[in-house]
Amino acid sequence: MATRLQFENSCEVGVFSKLTNAYCLVAIGGSENFYSTFEAELADVIPVVKTAIGGTRIIGRLCAGNKNGLLLPHTTTDQELQHLRNSLPDSVVVQRIDERLSALGNCIACNDHVALTHTDLDRETEEMIADVLGVEVFRQTIAGNILVGSYCAFSNRGGLVHPHTSIEDLDELSTLLQVPLVAGTVNRGSEVIAAGLTVNDWTAFCGSDTTATELSVIESVFKLREAQPSAIVDEMRKSLIDSYV
Amino acid sequence: MAQEAGMFTVNQTIGSVLCCKCGILMQPNPANMCTKCLRSEVDITEGLQKHVVIVHCPECDSYLQPPRTWIKAQLESKELLTFCVKRLKNLNKVRLVHAEFIWTEPHSKRIKVKLTVQKEVLNRAILEQSYVVEYVVHEQMCESCTRVQANPDQWVAAVQLRQHVSHRRTFFYLEQLILKHDAAARCIRIKQMDQGIDFFFSNRSHAVKFVEFLGKVAPVRYRNDKQLVSHDPKSNNYNYKYTFSVEICPICREDLICLPPKVAVSLGNLGPLVICTKISNSIALMDPFTLRHCFLDADQYWRASFKSLLSSRQLVEYIVLDVEPVSSEVVVGGSRYVLADAQVARVSDFGKNDTIFSVRTHLGHLLSPGDNALGYDLYAANSNDIELDKYKGLVLPEVVLIKKSYEEKRQKKRGKPRAWKLKSLDMEVDNTAKGRDHEEKVNSEYEQFLRDLEENPELRFNMSLYRNKEYQPSEMASVTDGEEVPSVPLEELLADLELSDVEVDDDGMME
Repeated sequence: MATRLQFENSCEVGVFSKLTNAYCLVAIGGSENFYSTFEAELADVIPVVKTAIGGTRIIGRLCAGNKNGLLLPHTTTDQELQHLRNSLPDSVVVQRIDERLSALGNCIACNDHVALTHTDLDRETEEMIADVLGVEVFRQTIAGNILVGSYCAFSNRGGLVHPHTSIEDLDELSTLLQVPLVAGTVNRGSEVIAAGLTVNDWTAFCGSDTTATELSVIESVFKLREAQPSAIVDEMRKSLIDSYV
Repeated sequence: MAQEAGMFTVNQTIGSVLCCKCGILMQPNPANMCTKCLRSEVDITEGLQKHVVIVHCPECDSYLQPPRTWIKAQLESKELLTFCVKRLKNLNKVRLVHAEFIWTEPHSKRIKVKLTVQKEVLNRAILEQSYVVEYVVHEQMCESCTRVQANPDQWVAAVQLRQHVSHRRTFFYLEQLILKHDAAARCIRIKQMDQGIDFFFSNRSHAVKFVEFLGKVAPVRYRNDKQLVSHDPKSNNYNYKYTFSVEICPICREDLICLPPKVAVSLGNLGPLVICTKISNSIALMDPFTLRHCFLDADQYWRASFKSLLSSRQLVEYIVLDVEPVSSEVVVGGSRYVLADAQVARVSDFGKNDTIFSVRTHLGHLLSPGDNALGYDLYAANSNDIELDKYKGLVLPEVVLIKKSYEEKRQKKRGKPRAWKLKSLDMEVDNTAKGRDHEEKVNSEYEQFLRDLEENPELRFNMSLYRNKEYQPSEMASVTDGEEVPSVPLEELLADLELSDVEVDDDGMME
């Protein structure tokens, strides 16, 4: 089910939160509304953790993770690192990496099996990603943009990419990721998908400006309508769906 | 290009996305909304004028551009479109792409213009939208039409052109020049007066332009004056009537002149008797006995003005008995002359008595024995000139020949129409006081002028001659002996522009 919400009057919820199949991170806001919306959805299933990274609230764009691990930039303080290690389940490996491109959320997009990264990422970082997150890493661009983490959002069941992505690119990415992909928008025509939307296998949260059309597209491609938290089955799909009329 | 460099590039087809508002399939654009949704969101014509009032003068079909200019424009014309678009304020906020008229009834007093504008909205998406502006037309007479309505004969500036000679040759010539250069286009009225013509204008600057034109074609001097008609003490507006008095110098072509001693000396001791060969804006004088020539500017002339001794009215016909060239051919001021000694006798004397004159003449290249020539009879003339008396010991020649005469040959052609004709200005002529003699005189002068034109190609240079459609070439044309009467060759004639359905008779043949 897709939920619409706002973080302190901003519709860019993907900037202030990070949602995976094993945990959820939220930023510390002025009021508790943001946190309580997440909790209402996810409380009994996965832990919802309030945190800051490097003293900032833009945690969604600074870290990258899936059910196997979480990668943090070098700006994370020791206290925040410790807090996260304590709060997250033991199966999740929390690792701080030294990378020149420190906005890992903008540079890495991943689900539990595959990750797409910025083309200029270090060799060592790539190895770290493969190691910690347990994924296969591909360097890619999306519609000519190198910040793959911002312009696409995908889960194990489907993905949404920048609206200007050509059909050939969509084919290629879908083959790589092994999930169905759709080009679309979020937050009333905004092209920065991952900033407006955060998603896992059974639920999604998007900005309150998202129109009904966009919401229906999201729910279709991520298969949220019939999904239940416990009934997640890995399915390999190769077919490309590109219209929902 | 990458492809030319041999690299393999993938063909990129842009996929389609759903419009974020209405969900229809569309190409992605910077706003990611279909045009209908975008238009419903944003109206770029907000704040632009949709109703404007314009003022129109029904008499002269012009539109007011405040504060004072009136622009003449037809309905649905380019000028009107430019004017209408200029009257819109705030149009600089958007980019105008296209403008056109929507048809309205001519008497509805409404003009509708459809404008297409472009503006950048939202996420760098450029939106294009058309809208209609309605102009309400108010009728109001412009100031010049009001003035004309109040008093149609009203003129503001007048040019009084005068030449104090007894013939009207100059004015015939000037009339053709004015027609050719269209100098009297802004004239309200033209009136023929004794010894001159009056031109009336509605604007002082038109009169000034006309006076300058006259200054370029004839040696003139002028003065101007103004007369107060009315004055508005509150806003200090003064309305005047301006008058320009223009006088043309009384020297004409083919005149015999005796130069005053001072002028003769200043021109390098040019023999006191000279002939005037050409008048344009300067006077060309030539000494017929030494073939020396000089030019007098209008300024120079008016500083020390002189009159002619004898003018073309007093030409007498002579028969040439013998010609002996004295010098070789000389080109003087563009024309050829040969100094020769000639024996001539007056036609009136010929056969009756033996009065023969031996004279030196400059027409050696034209004359041969048996020809007729026209010249001034100084032997029989009684000159009452002050200047002549100043020269003590001056020996006057008996005859000064001026030009060759084609009178006999013209006798044969009398009454036959010419192949060409001239246009004339629309003049008011005051005929009441003159009488039949005057009319005959004027007609014969005009005929003389036309003959002058035929004989002198350089006179024709400045005017437009038109083909006479009624002219039929005679069958006897080919039978002539020796010389023919000079006439205007066909190449110089212009086809008269007649906007009618009549077929033009294409048979003008050179005689």
